[in-house]
Amino acid sequence: MSALRLAGAVAAAKAVAGATRVLRLGGGTVLPGRVARWLFPRVLEELTGALDPVVVVSGTNGKTTTARLVARALEVAGLRTVSNRAGANLQAGLVASVALASDLRGRPRAQAAVFEVDEATLPAVLPVLRPRVLVLTNLFRDQLDRYAEVERVAERWRGALASLEPTAVVCYNADDPQVADVARLAPARLPFGIEDASAGRDALEEAADVRFCYRCGVAYRYSVVFLSHAGHYACPACGWSRPAPSVRAESVRLVGTSGSEVLLRWDGEGFVVRSGLPGLYNVYNLVAAAAACRALGLPADVWRRAAESVRPAFGRGERLTWDGVELRILLVKNPAGFNEVLRLVVRERPRSLLLAINDRTADGRDVSWLWDVEFERLQGLEAHVTVSGLRAEDMALRLKYAGWPEERTTVERDLARGLRRARDRTPAGGVLFCLPTYTAMLELRRVLSRWGVVAPFWED
Amino acid sequence: MDLVLVHLFPDLLNLYGDRGNLVALRERARRRGIHVVVKEVRLEDDLPDDGDLYLLGGGEDRQQALVARALQQHAGTLRAAVAGGAVVLAVCGGYQLLGHGYRAADGHQLPGLGLLDVTTQHPGHRARRLVGNVVASCTLPGVGSLVGFENHGGRTRLGPGVQPLARVRVGFGNNGEDGTEGAWCGTVFGTYLHGPVLPKNPRLADHLLTLALRRRHGDVRLQPLDDRWEEAAHTAAAARAGLRLRR
Repeated sequence: MSALRLAGAVAAAKAVAGATRVLRLGGGTVLPGRVARWLFPRVLEELTGALDPVVVVSGTNGKTTTARLVARALEVAGLRTVSNRAGANLQAGLVASVALASDLRGRPRAQAAVFEVDEATLPAVLPVLRPRVLVLTNLFRDQLDRYAEVERVAERWRGALASLEPTAVVCYNADDPQVADVARLAPARLPFGIEDASAGRDALEEAADVRFCYRCGVAYRYSVVFLSHAGHYACPACGWSRPAPSVRAESVRLVGTSGSEVLLRWDGEGFVVRSGLPGLYNVYNLVAAAAACRALGLPADVWRRAAESVRPAFGRGERLTWDGVELRILLVKNPAGFNEVLRLVVRERPRSLLLAINDRTADGRDVSWLWDVEFERLQGLEAHVTVSGLRAEDMALRLKYAGWPEERTTVERDLARGLRRARDRTPAGGVLFCLPTYTAMLELRRVLSRWGVVAPFWED
Repeated sequence: MDLVLVHLFPDLLNLYGDRGNLVALRERARRRGIHVVVKEVRLEDDLPDDGDLYLLGGGEDRQQALVARALQQHAGTLRAAVAGGAVVLAVCGGYQLLGHGYRAADGHQLPGLGLLDVTTQHPGHRARRLVGNVVASCTLPGVGSLVGFENHGGRTRLGPGVQPLARVRVGFGNNGEDGTEGAWCGTVFGTYLHGPVLPKNPRLADHLLTLALRRRHGDVRLQPLDDRWEEAAHTAAAARAGLRLRR
């Protein structure tokens, strides 16, 4: 009976996916999963039961790129791997990704799986997916209208770790005090982090959210900060401090928005990797993926080959050529990520920027977070800024109060028109830096695919 | 002319871009040639008694509990400042602590300052949070509509000693039932609106600035600023909440 229902659910998912493509309704990464779950609620469990290993990646930032790196490593190691690449990371998205990669009897045409999972969805799917490796990247302030509080997400994670198999390994970011604290409850742990203090700063940003010890409520002391509240910390009251990471970036050299060079320490051995993934946040993704590879028993060289061959996911530092300018698209989702992207972009002395801010559910309906982003960094640039998206006016106002001149700001709510106007402000052959929120990025993708600049999303 | 802004616990109560309120007040004062001094108060600091305007933001439950204890130590100073005409603006968690007290979701009671005649109770984690865009009509003369975003579990009830800051047109407001949003009494103001509230509601910002300046500088009248972008953001936010405003 359940085999029949499974087959029905898979067939329905495939039919819906086919229809959405024919009708050009978009990526078709979620709806097929919704239909399959409606027909057969246990579909995810049935489809993934035979997959081994299953790796789950969760956290506020870095899910997509880390999952992509781990999936690539498994492919390099010779395992056919299914993953939910397009960032469809709620339950329906997971179901759709496996259903579409299965035959009509519900047998996946893959051995391994790597899933990125929304941080609030994690507790519901862990008992179903029973991963061999769980990667926890970080917990930053994000979409407070959906998650209520960072603290609440951490609390749910604590409960979720109890559902892991005793053999599962949790790879966690030792530099994030809240994540490290949650991971104390894991059956087996593998901490990762950045050692190279010269890659960090010595002060906390405005956006840093957790700076108080979970146990005693006393402010952590940091000797170095890398990203928001991720760094080297210790509690002066109870003495708890950053766990020493087993997989770590010993030295880091960032090459603008082009990539990075990282010396990774793994079981006493050192490996240098040159990747095309820009920014310190991607160094975390590289190290997180390395930790997952180690937990899976893959050799370091497999990780290196994966890291050097992975291209940025759409909107994660991707470069495109369009109409005489180069587009560099850098997704911005929350203050921690936006601050890091601004830091990268400002170093390149940009002449033209497009900031596209939406407030749909997947972006977070509350745009207050724009005031936690340090747009004051833009001061002194010889650039023109085009603001677009459903909350273009909010963005424009934020720029005004950051001291950015009104005469060098263009407000165009419509994204397609905004993109054209931003191009008109970009010197020929120059770079237009596009910083969209999540749904603005999807919209940008649709616009660019309509114009024939990129392939539609679902081919990614 | 000069103005002293005191930002309370910027490291603890900074949940929803609360820094934006400080930035809006500071910039709007500076554009009028007013010299602004900003004093930040952290947990271990004394509260300055010379503030013209005190700002309190919102925080997560744990942070709010830490702040509630610290505020009790500053209660005398803050009450004296208010008695001397100082302005207080408190948002969300800070607003709850300006009242008589806050009963948290787990039944735990946090003491308040009693500067506003309001009481807040959290009905428990199973009750729905009041989250979304808000448009409201301000009860202060000349301010007009207010726009913002609310996200709170606590339900606040107003006593006879305060007036609602606004009447809700879209959204929940204090408790989702009586149509009121925020509260004010004399120079003390509380609201659930972030966004943050002041940049997109420049008339409310100027109302607070005027009150704060009058404490030491007599009958101040602020010169108008070019607020086209502020008004555009205000109108656009109302439209996203489903309301077409005519300003």
